[in-house]
Amino acid sequence: MAILVFADQHNGTFPKSSLEAVSYAARLAQTTGTTCTALTTGPVEGDGGLGQAGASRLLVTDLKGQDSQQLTRLVLAAAEKEAAHIIIFSHDLMGKLVAPRVAARLGAGMVSGATALPDVSSGFVVRRNVFSGKAIADIRVDTEKKVITVTPNSVGIVMTGGAAQVESFSADLGEARTHVRETRTESNEHGIPLPEADLVVSAGRGLKGPEHWGIIEELARELGAATACSRPVSDIGWRPHHEHVGQTGITIRPNLYIAIGISGAIQHLAGVNGSKTIVVVNKDPEAPFFKAADYGIVGDAFEVIPRLIEAARQFKSAR
Amino acid sequence: MKILVCVSKAPDTTSRIAFNADQTAFDENGVQFIVNPYDEWYGLVRALELKETLGGTVTTISVGGADYEPVIRKALAIGADDAVRVDAPESDALYVASQIAAYARGKGFDIILCGKETISFNGSVVPGMVAELLDLPYVPLATKLDIDGQSAVLEREVSGGVEVIEAKLPVVISAAKGMAEQRIPNMRGIMAARTKPLETVAAADASVTTAIKAYSMPPAKGACRYIEPEQAGDLIRILHEEAKVI
Ligand SMILES: Cc1cc2nc3c(=O)[nH]c(=O)nc-3n(C[C@H](O)[C@H](O)[C@H](O)COP(=O)(O)OP(=O)(O)OC[C@H]3O[C@@H](n4cnc5c(N)ncnc54)[C@H](O)[C@@H]3O)c2cc1C
Ligand SMILES: Nc1ncnc2c1ncn2[C@@H]1O[C@H](COP(=O)(O)O)[C@@H](O)[C@H]1O
Repeated sequence: MAILVFADQHNGTFPKSSLEAVSYAARLAQTTGTTCTALTTGPVEGDGGLGQAGASRLLVTDLKGQDSQQLTRLVLAAAEKEAAHIIIFSHDLMGKLVAPRVAARLGAGMVSGATALPDVSSGFVVRRNVFSGKAIADIRVDTEKKVITVTPNSVGIVMTGGAAQVESFSADLGEARTHVRETRTESNEHGIPLPEADLVVSAGRGLKGPEHWGIIEELARELGAATACSRPVSDIGWRPHHEHVGQTGITIRPNLYIAIGISGAIQHLAGVNGSKTIVVVNKDPEAPFFKAADYGIVGDAFEVIPRLIEAARQFKSAR
Repeated sequence: MKILVCVSKAPDTTSRIAFNADQTAFDENGVQFIVNPYDEWYGLVRALELKETLGGTVTTISVGGADYEPVIRKALAIGADDAVRVDAPESDALYVASQIAAYARGKGFDIILCGKETISFNGSVVPGMVAELLDLPYVPLATKLDIDGQSAVLEREVSGGVEVIEAKLPVVISAAKGMAEQRIPNMRGIMAARTKPLETVAAADASVTTAIKAYSMPPAKGACRYIEPEQAGDLIRILHEEAKVI
């Protein structure tokens, strides 16, 4: 019996979401009296910090590409080798690509987007958000084998101070039926990808036009934040599509979400209501967003934002 | 092109979310159901566009009870040729995926198109399971879909850019924003939908692997603390000293 965790890496480093998944698996292994083995594709230096996050072993393979069938065979082979009965992923692109396949192949009960460690006091119950963050569900998994994907930025990382024993691993993966033809990088001003950002500055139709986004970008730059927007703003083309957050855009859970000139429609909130701290700047005191806010400023964005930029600049230089 | 579009229903996005007395089921009283936006706006519409340029058929499949009918008729009104409903409860993702796979097996679909996720359960799980059960390649969260010979050419947003992926047909795809533009059904479509074929099939044998132990509501937010616009600069200090987020 063991717990296997798939740890995705980018150019040899593990993003926070992978470390969170490993830490989740390690803590679950500890409470259930078993061990945690991590699996990754592509070269890493040493254990890449996964030992610190709680893995006792790390299987490294040299699989290239990201064909879901090959990755599934890889995970299944590793699970068999480790006699793993629980398999953990991050609820990111890789987790969405592979975890459902693994669960279907094993006939395993799956919980996607877990937001807390399983409660194993009676049965095996995992908490997740449903209805786009408007409710919580505790899901009981009734199968012996289980698959869980962990929502990024929700469970944290507990550093244990160990090192993982690294082992190379290979398996018969069959042919790839999907190939990446090309990757186009889209310029992102500060190179902070929105889904992974800790701090986010976001603006809506209240900004009136694309020519006014300079102050939004400037505030984001001073804070070291990524930028986001509401859906109409990306629909009209004021901002790129990948910045659109909400029910039909992306879901984020940063530590800080600053919403400027966004009314706070329920579909927008669905994508951001997991944020730890929400700041709302809106000239309408009745804007629904204030109900979801921790801090609010009722005022004109064009007067408020320059003050925030100035204060952020002073804060930065004082540190 | 023979395309199967998986269509689920979801509570209207402005619905009040409430549960039954023992907190184990969604309270559907007074709730208006819509076609899950990802399935309708992106999956279904792109399937129709492909049919319009390449020929073929677009069939929808839904797993659920008789109350699914209005949602299925809406999909037919937008332009699907015919529809299938598997008469089975939406017990869990693997159970639903097993029903879809059991129906699709051996029928020669070139593409099985799903939504990125249901806005009720937000799993992003069913399409990947369908792909595995049918032993097909899978491309999740596609924002663009074209056909090039015997392959589908797809785009997907990854952190910092866009990936172009080529997948051999047949393939299972989940559709994200950008794949198509919403279509509003016209009167002719709505009339035609009334007589389009809606086949009901019995559930296949499949096991249920998870259950809802309890639903609950997230803890209420504390009251919003207001800062005067003239003192906006104070916010930065508060975020550092009190909220400790910067
Ligand atoms: C099925 C469905 C899915 C949807 N999905 C999404 C989604 O994923 N994401 C999303 O964002 N929306 C989504 N929407 C749209 C959503 O309902 C709202 O229409 C949208 O979020 C509104 O965007 P907004 O707040 O930028 O614009 P508005 O609603 O127009 O609000 C602008 C706000 O700016 C304020 N303002 C104006 N001038 C100033 C100023 N000078 N200073 C400060 N404040 C000012 C106004 O008081 C107002 O509150 C969806 C809708 C549907 C039906
Ligand atoms: N009951 C259902 N009937 C048909 N398709 C479904 C059903 N449930 C989910 N799907 C499809 O699977 C996608 C992802 O669902 P989910 O895994 O629940 O987020 C949806 O967008 C639909 O395309």
